[in-house]
Amino acid sequence: MGWVSDTVDSIKSIKVREVLHQLIVLGMIVTTALIIWKGLMCITGTESPVVVVLSGSMEPGFQRGDILFLTMSKDPIRSGDIVVFNIDGRDIPIVHRVIKVHEREDTEDKYYLTKGDNNPMDDRVLYNHGQNWLEKKHIMGRAVGFVPYAGWATIIMSEKPIIKYVLVGALGLLVLTTKE
Amino acid sequence: MHSFGYRANALFTFAVTILGFMCAIASFTDSFNSPSPSVQVQVLKVNWFQKQPNGNDEVSMTLNISADLQTLFTWNTKQVFVFLAAEYVTPKHVLNQISLWDAIIQEKEHSKFTITTSNKYRFIDQGSNLRGKEFNFTLHWHVMPKTGKMLADKLVMPGYRLPAEYR
Repeated sequence: MGWVSDTVDSIKSIKVREVLHQLIVLGMIVTTALIIWKGLMCITGTESPVVVVLSGSMEPGFQRGDILFLTMSKDPIRSGDIVVFNIDGRDIPIVHRVIKVHEREDTEDKYYLTKGDNNPMDDRVLYNHGQNWLEKKHIMGRAVGFVPYAGWATIIMSEKPIIKYVLVGALGLLVLTTKE
Repeated sequence: MHSFGYRANALFTFAVTILGFMCAIASFTDSFNSPSPSVQVQVLKVNWFQKQPNGNDEVSMTLNISADLQTLFTWNTKQVFVFLAAEYVTPKHVLNQISLWDAIIQEKEHSKFTITTSNKYRFIDQGSNLRGKEFNFTLHWHVMPKTGKMLADKLVMPGYRLPAEYR
């Protein structure tokens, strides 16, 4: 109970200037993170340079909770590449391997078929109705490296959003009540 | 400055940074490995070769694949994903790559193997161009590490030809 009255006291004794100072520091931290993220997007050439593996369809190579590093270079996509793609109308990116490539010379059309290593069937069941192939515009990047287990925090926060609110709330409280 | 919170935070940051460095160094040691895999593919039999109702050619074959990929494994290797693709050119499509068979190898001992199998994935052309078609077999491998940079490479075996008539 003493802790509660201490916290209430410290909230009462806040001066406006200190709060503003804390808020600015917080803003700087958030902006720096954003700059780093956008910078990474520029360097790697893809909209999402880092993704978390959400499903078990690429096991045993990639487990749920691994983080993948992606780039999008001008090199053509070839069978065997592990690519991250979006299906029109769905915003969750999927990480699977390209198993078939058909390229036309005259119109620059390129068609790809993908499959998760651990899935028995290729990805046609995942594509939109009537869509049999992926095209270049669906592909967001190619996986070049990974770090195991590092993405679990993101998975927990997106599957149990209450944890996200609890964390942000606790952080906010911490910012407001620390004296330095 | 000496509260539990500060100390825990400092320790955690330090631990994560060291872990990051160790992962990077582990990945770096992979660059000292110079692999020299070998592979041979034989078409034992063309099971059948038909034109589908939608106009696309399809062929089914029994293959004998023998390979030695042991030099690809390092202490930092989690698995090697290997697949065999057929590559050919048609008037309409300047590049076609069809994966016919793949496997995941997790142990170094299992990476020296010989198997006889029919193609795991269907060999279907977009069109009707496969009669008498010359093609390459390409064995691709992806070395997926326990942590760090992935390595992919391939070995091209040219000089295979499909039968001139449907059967």
